[in-house]
Amino acid sequence: MNAALELGLLYGIMALGVYLTFRILNFPDLTVDGSFTTGAAVAASLIINGVPAPLATLAGAASGAVAGLVTGVLYTKGRIDGLLAGILTMIALWSINLRIMGKSNLPLLREDTLMTPLRDAGLLGGAWSILIFGIAALVIKFAIDWFLSTDLGLSIQATGNNEQMIRSLGVNTHRTTILTLAISNGLVALCGALIAQYQGFADVSMGIGLILVGLASVIVGQAVFGRRTIFLASLAVIGGAVIYRLVIFFALGAGLNPNDMKLISALLVVAALLLPRWGFLKRVPSLRQMRSAAAGSANYSKAN
Amino acid sequence: MLLIQNITKTFFPGTVNERVALNDVSLQLNTGDFVTVIGSNGAGKSTLLNMISGRLPIDSGDLSIDGSSVKRMPDYARAAYVGRVFQDPMAGTAPDLSIEQNLALALRRGQRRGLAWGVTHKRRAFFREELLSLELGLENRLKARVGLLSGGQRQALSLLMASFTQPRILLLDEHTAALDPQRAELVTTLTESIVEKHHLTTLMVTHNMEQALRLGNRLIMMHEGQIILDVDAERKATMTVPDLLAEFAKIKGASLDDRALLG
Repeated sequence: MNAALELGLLYGIMALGVYLTFRILNFPDLTVDGSFTTGAAVAASLIINGVPAPLATLAGAASGAVAGLVTGVLYTKGRIDGLLAGILTMIALWSINLRIMGKSNLPLLREDTLMTPLRDAGLLGGAWSILIFGIAALVIKFAIDWFLSTDLGLSIQATGNNEQMIRSLGVNTHRTTILTLAISNGLVALCGALIAQYQGFADVSMGIGLILVGLASVIVGQAVFGRRTIFLASLAVIGGAVIYRLVIFFALGAGLNPNDMKLISALLVVAALLLPRWGFLKRVPSLRQMRSAAAGSANYSKAN
Repeated sequence: MLLIQNITKTFFPGTVNERVALNDVSLQLNTGDFVTVIGSNGAGKSTLLNMISGRLPIDSGDLSIDGSSVKRMPDYARAAYVGRVFQDPMAGTAPDLSIEQNLALALRRGQRRGLAWGVTHKRRAFFREELLSLELGLENRLKARVGLLSGGQRQALSLLMASFTQPRILLLDEHTAALDPQRAELVTTLTESIVEKHHLTTLMVTHNMEQALRLGNRLIMMHEGQIILDVDAERKATMTVPDLLAEFAKIKGASLDDRALLG
């Protein structure tokens, strides 16, 4: 259970990256499956080669940002469909990741990683590590909240919301799109680097199907906690990532095996997308309706 | 100010659908001119605006603002000089952002956008004051999502966003056509006062001949990609809708279907 919470908070960073593209930019970015592994691969190889873990982690994040940039350039300058641009980068990254790692699995068990101090102090799997990971996720959440409310961040929000309008106000939407994809995949790769250190290895297939985990976190989280403001929406994304891990945890506890998890992820996303549309469930008051009712916001249903 | 020289634009060239939208159009606007543009559907009015705003590339001819050619400038770069309100009230604002956020975006027209807060206290006070001039009560709803506003309110906001940074040229593309008569009247009145207040050089396309005669100091009529009539302020002041129709019929030497023009 504690491990599920830890993982949920760590994967929350990845989910925040997916939130930036999927919700803010309105762009279904499949690069994620590749860039997550790239972050892990770069960080793991550097750590094995003696680079300090914090630096290796940052390098991992930067490599993911480059991957996002490639997808962005393919989409904007190359005018390739967004889904296809993401798939192209993702597939290409598979080979690149293998090149970086040299083999399909890199163990980090005896290396000095960011997790080593926690493990040595016996904090992993307890309340302290949950607190530390929670703070890390929240710091990134607040950084995103701030960024999105700056002049530049607002122009990114507008790019996803009404591209024609923001171009007529003087914003080069190619640049904002590329920038957002780079930041998003940078966060995803940062998460990959952290997960590799947490689990003690990087594996070339660790990113497969990850976009679904990200989407599940964003959609489930925002269905439960709401998305009225950026503050709430980004918090909901981290909540969604934790909920996802708990679902997996209980599914495994119920006797399903790890190979079933991709199916569970897909079903979870389908359920989260379809359930709100079904009439009888609309009448069941959800958390967010109860809260908005309490706040007396009559316009809320119209707003969504 | 704005100088358009021999602009030509053909859609789908070399196909069976080939259509000449603009045929060797030249036009000069002086600073402070408020020109209304009328013409039947397919006359090239919207294409002319798209050429000026840079949304579509020009086939041939030249276009310059304040003496320098902007022909090769992409639309987002030209936005520094050109403010625009679209026909669709949904097109000019970002629905998921708040009123103040939309205004903050418009405030940085043509400028670099960095990591400074988009909405500051100082800006908010300015927005409140500007919104006050719309007399729609929006100054008390700065944090409301723009998607919650009515079409007329959104169009009034679009107008404010296009104009309050005082661009060199303001383009209005049938911006009252999608509104009900009352709202259209409101937005028309606002247009008049905003253009007056900032002395904006304005090009307004309209389907409404009465409106075209009432507003502005000059009127041009387009037909089949050409400017066929250019009326100055003096003559325009005494002109009526039947006069305009008669003028059109005379030029084209053919009787005119009123409804095509009156929309």
